[in-house]
Amino acid sequence: MASLTASAPVEPSGPRPKRIGPGRYGVYAFLIISALFFLIPLYVMIVTSLKPMDEIRLGNLFALPGSPSFDAWIKAWSQACTGLNCNGIHVGMLNSVKILVPSVLLSIAVGSVTGYALSFWRPKGANVLFGVLLLGAFIPYQVFLYPLVRILSMVSLYNSIPGVVFVHTIFGLPLMTLLFRNFYAGIPIDLFKAARVDGGGFWAIFLRLMLPLSTPIIVVAAILQITGIWNDFLFGLIFAGRENFPMTVQLNNVVNSSFGEKEYNVNMAATILTALVPLFVYFVSGRWFVRGIASGAVKG
Amino acid sequence: MKPRFFRFWMAQVALAPAWLIVIFAYIGTILWTIQISFTSSKVFPVSNYVGFSQYTRLFGSERWIISVQNLAIFGVIFIIGCLVLGFLLAVFLDQRIRAESMFRTIFLYPYALSFIVTGLVWQWTLNPTLGIQQTVRNWGWESFTFDWLSRGDRAIYVIALAGMWQASGLVMAILLAGLRGVDSELWKAAKVDGIPTWRVYVHIVIPILAPMFATATVLLATAVVKVYDLVVALTNGGPGISTEVPAKFVIEYLFQRQNLGLATAASTVMMITVLCVLAPWLYVQYFRQPRSAH
Repeated sequence: MASLTASAPVEPSGPRPKRIGPGRYGVYAFLIISALFFLIPLYVMIVTSLKPMDEIRLGNLFALPGSPSFDAWIKAWSQACTGLNCNGIHVGMLNSVKILVPSVLLSIAVGSVTGYALSFWRPKGANVLFGVLLLGAFIPYQVFLYPLVRILSMVSLYNSIPGVVFVHTIFGLPLMTLLFRNFYAGIPIDLFKAARVDGGGFWAIFLRLMLPLSTPIIVVAAILQITGIWNDFLFGLIFAGRENFPMTVQLNNVVNSSFGEKEYNVNMAATILTALVPLFVYFVSGRWFVRGIASGAVKG
Repeated sequence: MKPRFFRFWMAQVALAPAWLIVIFAYIGTILWTIQISFTSSKVFPVSNYVGFSQYTRLFGSERWIISVQNLAIFGVIFIIGCLVLGFLLAVFLDQRIRAESMFRTIFLYPYALSFIVTGLVWQWTLNPTLGIQQTVRNWGWESFTFDWLSRGDRAIYVIALAGMWQASGLVMAILLAGLRGVDSELWKAAKVDGIPTWRVYVHIVIPILAPMFATATVLLATAVVKVYDLVVALTNGGPGISTEVPAKFVIEYLFQRQNLGLATAASTVMMITVLCVLAPWLYVQYFRQPRSAH
């Protein structure tokens, strides 16, 4: 909970500047140069996607397009090739949406119930469960992969969208549980005790009291999961199957498969298209995004 | 009074999915992976136990040694680079500047992007034939050379640079929140005593921010061990095998080279390394002090 309040920037607290002097110019110079470093790849991506290949071959990376056109974008969307399939990146986008929606809902549902039970009820073994979950958040995924592939093929979920959704839920659980547990730890225990005295059961208290209070943390969890799952590459590659590759996997196949001449403008257009969803979430959510990333590894 | 288990049976039911995941998907798979690593399994797991010979082969493999070295180089540059750049950005943003939220938005947006997007953008920007090198030559500096992406001894540094571009904003955001928590009286006191600003930062502010630095370091270190997609998108391990990393080594031996025994040995080594580094931190962070709330 501390993280949620602490990470929202308030007034600047640094030393108060005396006057506009050379030091101030230094501050702005540093910030502007840094901003250029962060913006240049975005700029290069956009201008490249708007140029025809003839212009790109001249090798002026930063030059504005002579006659900007969205041809590369259209091609990336509907005709870009991965191997022999030339249906464009929109196939991957549909798959990503099909993976994203159930994964986000399911992982938040399981995470919130687990966090609630761990925080207020703390049945026997709760600490052990939480400890293992936490460790699970840091262990490299490579250790789990092969057995999971085997388990999922036993129940015929390997190479399917439900399979990837399941995997996202499994590996989203530590972070989701941590978020909700920490959030509920900040809710006065007396509120919970009063509800117990009034005869509230496990689910009644969760659904009628805690869940309505949880809007802020649900927003944070949704932001983290939407960007995280959309940006996932590994699980999509291994568990989704060729038919269901998410957008990141398809994008990498489009760009890094070497058939014929590389069309850099199409590649960059496809890259921007893949980045749109997380960028949209980032720009719309603003400070909520910062709250989310800071709360991942903060003491509860 | 009934024992806790029965009083809270509904809570136990609610925790069943989490228990199942922990027991089967975490602990079960880890044990299974470790078990395979002691067998001579190739395409399919077999139960022909060969002791530690997969581990011996692993550390005799040039590809693995290069992967581990690359992870060390990448990890050190990436973590230190992100911490330094992120700290500087946070400090400069905290100087009561104009357009602070615009700068903050710019510094953090790459963190919303995937490693695949990050890798592909930098691959294009730094490609030696049409990227920055050619552009600067076209501007008239004919001898300008920046071809690290095609040089086996330098490409790993480009990966670290791309990683820094992606993740420095994270450190900035965490440390800025910390700086905003520093008491403003501190600055007045320092001014009265005539202490130079940089000394206040080095001797007082950085120690105050230590927990934030620790959080940021843990987040970055987790990303280091998991680094896979960034390498796949940026260099795909090349030129040659010069930018291979352990995560990629495991995936390749699991799914392409069909050498389960070696792959599981490698992933077991990765896991043990992470646990050794992490165990003390987790203990201090979560279990040493009793929670005050309830």
